[in-house]
Amino acid sequence: MTTINASTAATTPKLARQIDARGPRFGAILTTAVLALTLLTIPSTLSAVLLTLQAVVFGLGSIVGLHAQPYGIVFRTVVRPRLAAPTTFEDQAPPRFAQAVGFGFAIVGIVGFATGATVVVYIAVAFALAAAFLNAAFNFCLGCEMYLLGRRLIPGRSNAAL
Amino acid sequence: MTGIWVVLAVLVLATVFGLYRRATDGRLREVEIAADPTDSVHVPGTPPGAGYAHEGDKLSTEDIGEPLGARATLVQFSSAFCAPCRATRVILEEVSAMLEGVVHVEIDAEAHLDLVRRLDVRRTPTVLVLDAAGLVRVRAAGAPRKADVIAALGQIF
Repeated sequence: MTTINASTAATTPKLARQIDARGPRFGAILTTAVLALTLLTIPSTLSAVLLTLQAVVFGLGSIVGLHAQPYGIVFRTVVRPRLAAPTTFEDQAPPRFAQAVGFGFAIVGIVGFATGATVVVYIAVAFALAAAFLNAAFNFCLGCEMYLLGRRLIPGRSNAAL
Repeated sequence: MTGIWVVLAVLVLATVFGLYRRATDGRLREVEIAADPTDSVHVPGTPPGAGYAHEGDKLSTEDIGEPLGARATLVQFSSAFCAPCRATRVILEEVSAMLEGVVHVEIDAEAHLDLVRRLDVRRTPTVLVLDAAGLVRVRAAGAPRKADVIAALGQIF
C-alpha cells in the first residue's frame, strides 16, 4: 500500500515531461571537455570565449528549458538516432536544475575574467568541472544533492503546513 | 601550467568522491540504540531497561500525515530535483504491496523542513524504516536496494 501526501503529488512531474536519461549524460561529457579546456587555457582569450559559450549553453538549458540546450539538441538530432531505443527515462527537473547551478558558476567565472580576478575564475570553473564530471562519470547530480541542505539552512520556512 | 594541476586535482578528488558515494549510496544503517535511558523512548524487542532511542526519532501519524503501518512504515523523503527518488518510490511501493502491514509514505522534504531538520535528513531520497510503534529503526540516504529493505524489515518484525 502506498500513500503520497498531497504536497508531494504536486511535485511529481507528469510522464510527458520525461526525457531520455542519456541526453543529460551526453551533455555532461561535452561540458566536462569544454570546462577542462577552459581551465587549461587560462589566461587567454580562448578560455574566456569557451566559458562564455558554456555559460550560454547552461543559460539556455536552465532558463529556456532542456529542449533548447544545444548539447541536448546535438544528442537528439545526431547521437540518439544511432543508439538503441531508450530504456531509462528521467524527470526534466533535476537536469534542468543542474544546468542552473552550472550557469551560476559560469557567471561567477565570467565576472572573474572581466575583473581580472584569475583566482576566482579557477575556483568557479573548477567547481563547475567537478559537477559536470561527477554527472558524466557517475550519473551524480551535485546541485540536486546540495539542494535540500541549502533549503534546510533557510530558517523556519516550510511552504506547506502539516 | 596552473590549469593542468587544477584539472588533475578536480578529476582525482571527484573520482574519489564518486567511488565512495557509489559504494555507500543507499546503504541501510541501523539507528543506534543507547543502553542507558538517556532518552525516554524504549525500543520494542529490546530487554526492559536496555534499549533506548532518541525521542525525536519516534514518528506519529501527525508527523508523517498518514496512518502508520500495522507492522512497519517506509518513510521516503523526496524533492523535485531528485532523479533517484522515482526509482526509490518504485522499490518501496513493490515492497509495501508485497508485505502485509507495511505501508509506504512519501513526504515532500521541502514542504516539511521542520521534520527534515528534526530527523537530520540531508538529501533526497532518504528512507526511514519505522517499526510498528513509529520508531525510526533503520535509515538510508540514497536509493536502497529492494533486498536490503526486505532484510531490514525482517529484523524489526
